[in-house]
Amino acid sequence: MGEMEQLRKEADNLKDQITAARKAMQDTTLQEAAASINVVGRVQLKTRKTLRGHLAKIYAMHWSTDSKLCVSASQDGKLIVWDSITTNKVNAIPLKSSWVMTCAYAPSGNLVACGGLDNMCSIYNLKGKDGNVKVMRELAAHTGYLSCCRFLSDSEIITSSGDCTCVLWDIETGTQKTIFAGHQGDCMSLAVSPDFKFFISGACDFTAKLWDIREGTCRQTFGGHENLSRINYILDLCKLYDLRADQELITYQDSSIMCGVTSLAPSLSGRLLLAGYDDFNVNIWDTLKAERVGVLAGHDNRVSCIGVSSDGMACCTGSWDSFLKIWN
Amino acid sequence: MTINTLLVKEGCPQEQMACFRKMEKVIVAMQDPDMGMKMRNQRLLITVIPHAMTGHDIITWLIQKYCISEEEALHLGNLLVKYGYIYPLKEPRSLVLRRDESPYRFQTPYFWTSTQWPATELDYAIYLAKKNIRKQGELMEYEKERYSLLHKRINHTWDFVVMQAREQLRASKQRRKADRIVLECQEQAYWLINRPAPGMPNILDAGLERPNNLRVTLNSDFYKREIEACQRALGRNRVKSSNCLEGFLKHSEQYQNHDPIMQGCLPSNPWISDDAAHWTMNADVVPVPTRLRVERWSFSFMELLSDTMGRKEFMTYLEKEFSAENLCFWQACEEIRHGENSRISEKVNEIYKNFLAPGAARWVNIDSKTMYKTLEGIKRPHRFVMDDAQMHIYFLMKKDSYPRYLKSDLYKNMLAKAIVPQETKKSVFPFMRRQRHSSPSPAQAATQATEEDGRVKEAGQAGANA
Repeated sequence: MGEMEQLRKEADNLKDQITAARKAMQDTTLQEAAASINVVGRVQLKTRKTLRGHLAKIYAMHWSTDSKLCVSASQDGKLIVWDSITTNKVNAIPLKSSWVMTCAYAPSGNLVACGGLDNMCSIYNLKGKDGNVKVMRELAAHTGYLSCCRFLSDSEIITSSGDCTCVLWDIETGTQKTIFAGHQGDCMSLAVSPDFKFFISGACDFTAKLWDIREGTCRQTFGGHENLSRINYILDLCKLYDLRADQELITYQDSSIMCGVTSLAPSLSGRLLLAGYDDFNVNIWDTLKAERVGVLAGHDNRVSCIGVSSDGMACCTGSWDSFLKIWN
Repeated sequence: MTINTLLVKEGCPQEQMACFRKMEKVIVAMQDPDMGMKMRNQRLLITVIPHAMTGHDIITWLIQKYCISEEEALHLGNLLVKYGYIYPLKEPRSLVLRRDESPYRFQTPYFWTSTQWPATELDYAIYLAKKNIRKQGELMEYEKERYSLLHKRINHTWDFVVMQAREQLRASKQRRKADRIVLECQEQAYWLINRPAPGMPNILDAGLERPNNLRVTLNSDFYKREIEACQRALGRNRVKSSNCLEGFLKHSEQYQNHDPIMQGCLPSNPWISDDAAHWTMNADVVPVPTRLRVERWSFSFMELLSDTMGRKEFMTYLEKEFSAENLCFWQACEEIRHGENSRISEKVNEIYKNFLAPGAARWVNIDSKTMYKTLEGIKRPHRFVMDDAQMHIYFLMKKDSYPRYLKSDLYKNMLAKAIVPQETKKSVFPFMRRQRHSSPSPAQAATQATEEDGRVKEAGQAGANA
């Protein structure tokens, strides 16, 4: 018992030193640095399309890299690939388990993946020879629910799970290639860097960790705030962290907002941050000025997922009211 | 400040409390004696019950009070009905706001969801028992099932349930008929929301539990690993905030013109105009790229490489300089990093033969240390075996060829030739029907696609000629 106490004290001491080192580097704040930047003004986005067809809550959505197709997962047990311009359903894939919590579109457009309380990540091939969409692989090894998954390519996918680990899988063989362990709570979300070398995972232990995909190690840890369930590579749960400065830059909050954030997506330039909240709205933040510059209201229930297409043209929101809306 | 730190109300679904408060404010305003809604009487054969209102009245009041459109008032009114603050009198099971003369009534605060949450099994059992006793066969199928389920589950208090039900029925008989009817309607409305029929959306659902508890055992091993990680973290390089922020601001400014949400896009936003010209002009391979696209190539080397056309142009330039093998090598390495596991050895061999072997046809210039390391690694090929060599060549191109390319005639000509699309005038085709609903079958989608192609071509021409 004595040894453990000593070790704990040592760990805490080191953590304090890290905090001090971060503070020493903080020679300015975002407000000061952005003081001379022009204000954005009111951003008004309108609903251009509504994608109807799901029969139950939508839990996740993900854009394809062509910015026209997107995939959504709902607890009615269906994965639907939409052509968002025409609002047609390109594919409606029935799932074995209806308790789905996440979905992802491969950058190539050939595969989609989903998973949830079945602890598995199921990969579907959209471009099968006979035109049917079939399960290509079932990646099963997690001992907890699948909270998020993201493709690196057609042969690799990263998943985050409620068993506190993230895993890099080889899709061809269906095996685990690297296990990223270190979180102390359920991993809720992950985001991959644009160069596919790193990814960030957020977990219920109030931290976000930056992992090196090749080495399998944790490079940086950010933390110190309430339950971290939604992250994105540039910005983080309405707090903006900088990887090089290794610390928090600013928090986006407003006294009139009294509920949690469910999802995040930055605009192409990073100037705007769209965040979905539990009060059925999406708030648009000016990331540099930390001010709210717009609101998207149109859903009848919690906004569970949000995504900006890769060409930055449109934002898609999915909600528990079973509809997806395209805004711009 | 998130809802977790703010203990708003014990028990009530915290995530929805914010909305309940807002809705309750609206309801209170609606019942204001001076500025509130106009109440009418509900006629039920011989009984007249006051304090009713029509759907039309509700919508009119909302429009006036909040200065909103009819569509929005209908939407807001629907939310009030769905969450049980107003309930319909004619078709109680259909929780929808109709903008006609359908009658509605305010739910009493006693039965507000925020007041009485969670709805207990005991209360539900008493309610169903009352219904059952009052009139045999009044229970619906699903209510009968639930009733028998409850009977099994809380059998030990069943006597209490029946006794309470009887008591409440007896007490209600002593009320005036009008009051009795109203109370029954209110109670029914409450249970339709808190125990919805199967198939109806359950608006009080708070979603899957996301536990906050730590799952890892805190023992010496754990702390030893923590210490290791902290020591590594302490030693890492940190950049001053001012530099980082400057970088962030610069990036934001640079990309501002390229952010369609901030600046809009030319020739027109396909989502609004239904004209896909923007996407056609920016497709992967086009005869002439747009100006914005070519400008982006000068932002960073990665931007140039990730654009198919940019890469082709760069390749052309390198061929003129007789250093094209660098880009080919880089591309081949990318294919290993992102390709199938089974073909890794095969691809690694190819790369060795073409780029690394002494006397190879397209030998790349890597420093001896990296070359040695790579050749050693090739003996046991894996996905990342080429990383160091690829990085070396990448930086070579970035520091040397890339800046020269940006200054070259090839790039400058491309920039000059690049098109700046004209903004298409609105309502080019006034008779064009806007696609609002999803098409019923894929067959129809195919014919529509060909139709749209025709229109796009015309629009593109119109844009070019304007």
